[in-house]
Amino acid sequence: MSKLKYSWWAVAVAAFALFPVVVTNPTYTAIGVYTLLFMACATSWNMFSGYSGYIALGSSVFYGVGAYTMALASIHWHMAPGAAMFWLVPLGGLVAVVIAVPIGWIALRVRRHTFVVITIAIFFIFQLGAINFGFTGGTAGLSLPFIQWDASYYNVPFYYVALGIVLVAVVISAAVRRSRFGLQLLAIRDDEDRALGLGVKVGAVKLSGFALSAFVIGMAGAIYAMFQGQIYPQFVFDPTFDVSVALMSFFGGLGTLTGPLLGALVLESAQQYLTVTYSNGSLYLIFFGALFLIVITFMPRGVVNFFLDRRRATLAAASMANPSPTPSAPSTPTPAARSLV
Amino acid sequence: MTVLLKAQGISRAFGGLQALRGCDLEVEKGSITGLIGPNGSGKTTLFNVITGYVRPDAGTVTFDGADITGLEPDKVFARGIGRTFQLTRIFARMTVLENMLIAIQHEEGWLRGMTRSKSSSAEVENAREWLDFVGITRLADLAAGALSYGQRKLLELAYVLVANPDVILLDEPAGGVNLTLINQIADKIRELNAQGKTFLIVEHNMEFVMNLCDSVTVMNQGCHLVSGKPADVRANPLVLDAYLGGGDEDDEDEVSINA
Repeated sequence: MSKLKYSWWAVAVAAFALFPVVVTNPTYTAIGVYTLLFMACATSWNMFSGYSGYIALGSSVFYGVGAYTMALASIHWHMAPGAAMFWLVPLGGLVAVVIAVPIGWIALRVRRHTFVVITIAIFFIFQLGAINFGFTGGTAGLSLPFIQWDASYYNVPFYYVALGIVLVAVVISAAVRRSRFGLQLLAIRDDEDRALGLGVKVGAVKLSGFALSAFVIGMAGAIYAMFQGQIYPQFVFDPTFDVSVALMSFFGGLGTLTGPLLGALVLESAQQYLTVTYSNGSLYLIFFGALFLIVITFMPRGVVNFFLDRRRATLAAASMANPSPTPSAPSTPTPAARSLV
Repeated sequence: MTVLLKAQGISRAFGGLQALRGCDLEVEKGSITGLIGPNGSGKTTLFNVITGYVRPDAGTVTFDGADITGLEPDKVFARGIGRTFQLTRIFARMTVLENMLIAIQHEEGWLRGMTRSKSSSAEVENAREWLDFVGITRLADLAAGALSYGQRKLLELAYVLVANPDVILLDEPAGGVNLTLINQIADKIRELNAQGKTFLIVEHNMEFVMNLCDSVTVMNQGCHLVSGKPADVRANPLVLDAYLGGGDEDDEDEVSINA
């Protein structure tokens, strides 16, 4: 990755870090928290589903497991309401990973479309479980220790913790993309049987990718539970969450690093903003419909891939116009651009 | 000469179709063995059985003295049997170089792979040498999906070779490839054979097979028919029968059942 790219990342992080300083209205900082949570989840979802091509539509299982871990642990350990509860966030991620292993072990035995259906089925098992088991509080949900921070300040700690897990998600996703493990996930996406025939241990690679993607999603669920102070099964095991993270990744560009970030940033903030501004819970659907029609029609591979392809085409045209004296020389910019965008 | 790869009594049915019925095959170490036969005679199925993609109903495959029957494809590959596919299979959305790296890294545990960069400079150098060997180095940074059919064949050959297998199974390396490239591929195979690599080649192009191979095995209707020197096999009446349709009444019945 070039220095220029690092500086773009630094600018983006600084802009996000400054947002709650500039915008102090709690309505908007709350939108910021939700948007960051989705940016983290979409990035982590894409780290497995985008790279491997195994489209999982049951990731809210991990979100819900993270949320319930936060709720149950803080209640049963009688935690003092306050910042100390943030220590439970990584625990939520770890429990999600533990849950992901048996789920992946079952679901990853099948391919593509069957995998999608199995993940949806597993999702409903967990939602039904959360509604019907006693320890989850059933449909009444669970109330976490009540945090009495001032309303003007309440969102800010959550905002920065959420920003922190976005960074964790991005670092994991980028590291995977640059590792052999990531290369193997991409090979599985393109031709799983051929990869197997070249010695890729596809079972282990898929399962570890799946479980790793649960970590950040579980942490996001834990933050959500703490942020809300009250969780209900239908909101933490939410089918629209599954569809959202997938659509955000498709919108921005499946399998790219920045695509899911961009998709979540645009879609989640727009949804929250429209809901808040027009106090109409479904207005955003019209906006989403229009946006997706445009993207699918003109940028079928997502926004980020659309611009990447155009830049590559421009570069290729430029190199055609000025053929270099040694055509066999490695053209370094292309792989670097591919590896980390 | 010692037998490196041996299949004995391999049978395999797909539904009502008996693709292989007690098929035998021997590949001598250091040889280029051709495997020919009419369409549907079970050549590719035999390849799939040897490389672990298809489990045989009966029979054993031994490689270098060890029984490898029913091993998973990744294990078979790790033992030193590399293959290409009739319909070339490459990783279309990865670069040509990345395609090569996948095959190089097969000896490494997946857990170590999580912490290590996708390529070391030694691996890239090695990969480029093999791309150079098949003559497509200049395409290294291109998405593999952008390659032409012939270039894909060369890439598949290169990434099987880069893993340094002892025996290489080629499924129709000359299929759909122009004459110049066919000759190039034949030259590469000879060159590697001279370095001690063993080849087993399925091919319909008779000229290619007869010129290249030390010995030829003919299959018909899932069975081993004859084996021998190319010239002997070519002159064998059984082989002519198999290709042109025999005059034998029973044979024709079986053909119509299997059709």
